Amino acid sequence: MEATPQWVVVQPEKLVAVATYLHDDSEMDFRFLIGVTAVDYLDHFEVVYHLQSISRNHVLTLKTRAFDHKSPEVSSLVSVWRGAELQEREVYDLMGIRFAGHPDLRRVFLWEGFAGHPLRKDWMGMPGGFTPGLGRFPRED
Amino acid sequence: MTMKSEPFVVNVGPQHPSTHGVFRLRFTLDGERIVDAEMIMGYLHRSMEKLAEGRTYIQNIPFTDRLDYLSAMSNNLAYCMAVEKLMGIEVPERGQFLRVIMAEFQRIANHAMAIGSFAMECGVWFTPMMWMFRDREKILDLFEMTCGARLTTNYVRIGGVSFDIPPEFMPAATALVKELPERIAEYESLLLENEIIVVRSRDVGVLPPELAIAASTSGPVLRGSGVMWDIRKADPYAAYDRLDFDIPVGTRGDCYDRFIVRMEELRQSVRILEQALAMLPEGPASVEVPLALRPPVGEAYARIEAPKGELGFYLVSDGSPHPQRFHIRSPSFINLTPLRDMVLGLTIPDAIVTLGSIDIVLGEVDR
Repeated sequence: MEATPQWVVVQPEKLVAVATYLHDDSEMDFRFLIGVTAVDYLDHFEVVYHLQSISRNHVLTLKTRAFDHKSPEVSSLVSVWRGAELQEREVYDLMGIRFAGHPDLRRVFLWEGFAGHPLRKDWMGMPGGFTPGLGRFPRED
Repeated sequence: MTMKSEPFVVNVGPQHPSTHGVFRLRFTLDGERIVDAEMIMGYLHRSMEKLAEGRTYIQNIPFTDRLDYLSAMSNNLAYCMAVEKLMGIEVPERGQFLRVIMAEFQRIANHAMAIGSFAMECGVWFTPMMWMFRDREKILDLFEMTCGARLTTNYVRIGGVSFDIPPEFMPAATALVKELPERIAEYESLLLENEIIVVRSRDVGVLPPELAIAASTSGPVLRGSGVMWDIRKADPYAAYDRLDFDIPVGTRGDCYDRFIVRMEELRQSVRILEQALAMLPEGPASVEVPLALRPPVGEAYARIEAPKGELGFYLVSDGSPHPQRFHIRSPSFINLTPLRDMVLGLTIPDAIVTLGSIDIVLGEVDR
C-alpha cells in the first residue's frame, strides 16, 4: 500500500477489504462511487476508483494495479457499490481487465467476438492496417 | 384457479422513438409484467476515448460537443476544467461568469427537451414539446450570436472562452431571462397538475434513495430520490460559490418527482442567470495558452453538475501534447445502472416512462 496526497494505491488482494472499510466506516462513509476507470501503463494496468462521501463531502482516489499484462484481473467491487456494475463491464470491454466476482461480466459497447480490447496501448487491430486516432495528426514525440 | 403463462420476450429498439436514440431494451414478460430487462447499447459507440489519445488537448474539445449533444456547453466546460487543473491555469473572472451563464442557459435548453419528451412519453401529445422548443430556440439563438454554432458550440476553451460576448448579447439575454419566469409558470400550469402526467408517473419507477446512492446515479435522478446533492454546492467550480440558488429535491423517488425536480431547476437556473448577468465583471474573458499544450506528468479529475448529472473527465498526462488517457465519466451511462431494478414488475408503457424520466442521450451513453 502506498499513498500520496492525491491517491491511495492498494494491493489487489486487499482491494475488497479496503473498499468495504471505506464504505462502512462512519468516519470515511464513502457511500458514493463516482467512477471506475483503468489506465494502461504498458507494463501494468492501473484501475482507478473515484470515491465520494455524500454526508461528509470528501473525496478519495483509490487505485489498484494489475501486473499480468496478458490477462489482468482484479476483484470486482459490485458487492460494495452497485454503481460499479456497468462501469466494470465497460472497463472489461475496452481495456480487457477481468473483474473476479462480477455477476455479469460481458462486453457492453462492442459485440461479442470483437478482437482485442481497443483502449490498450498495444491494440492496433483496425481492418486495413489503420492506426486509430494516429493517422491524420502524426505525433511529435 | 391459476393461469399458466410462459415468459415472453419483447424487444424495444434500437430504432424506437421512446429510447431517445439507438438504445435497445430486451424485456422478458410474464403476462403483462416485466420479469427481466436487459440493456443493450453501443450502437453509437464512436471510440472517443481512443481517438482522443491521438489528438492534442485542444483538438479534443470538439469531441466533447458530440457527447451529450443537447448540452455541449457543459461538456466543453468539464473537459476544459480538467485540462486547466492538469496545467494549473487560472481563468479570469469574466471568463468564469461567462461559463456560468452559458452552462445555465444550456441547462434550461436541456431540461426543456427532457420535460417535453417526458410529457410526450406520458401521453401529453406534442404541445408541451413545441412550447419547449420555442424557448430552447431563443437560447440557441443566443449561442449562435456568441460563437456561431447552435448545438456543437465548442465555445468554452482552455483558459477561458473562445469569444467574448457580442454587444447585442446582453439585451437579448436580459430580455429572455425576464420572459422565462412567465413561460415557466405557463408550463407549470399546463403540466404539473396535468392528470395524464400524474396518473402515468406517480409511484412509477420508484428509486429508493439508498439504491440511488449505491448505484452512483447523479443529477435529477439522485435528487428526485430525495438526496440533496449538487456538485455546484458541494464542490463549487467557475463562479457558483458567489451565486445564490437552491437545490430542489423530490420526496418519493418516482418518475413524477424526477420531472418536478427538473421543472424546479428551470426556475433555479433563471435565478442564477439573473445574478450572473448582473454581476458579469469587465476585463479579459480568457488567458492565452499555447496551441501545443504540454501538461506536466500527472493526472486530474474535474467534474461539473451537467444537466444530466455529474459529468467528469479523468485525464492522465505523460508530458506529451497528447493525453495518455482520456476518460469520460458520463452521467447518462451511469444513471442507467439501476434501470433494471426500477422497471421490474411494471408494464412496458410504464418502463418507457421510467426510461424517459432518467433522461439519457445516447451520444453520452455510448461515447
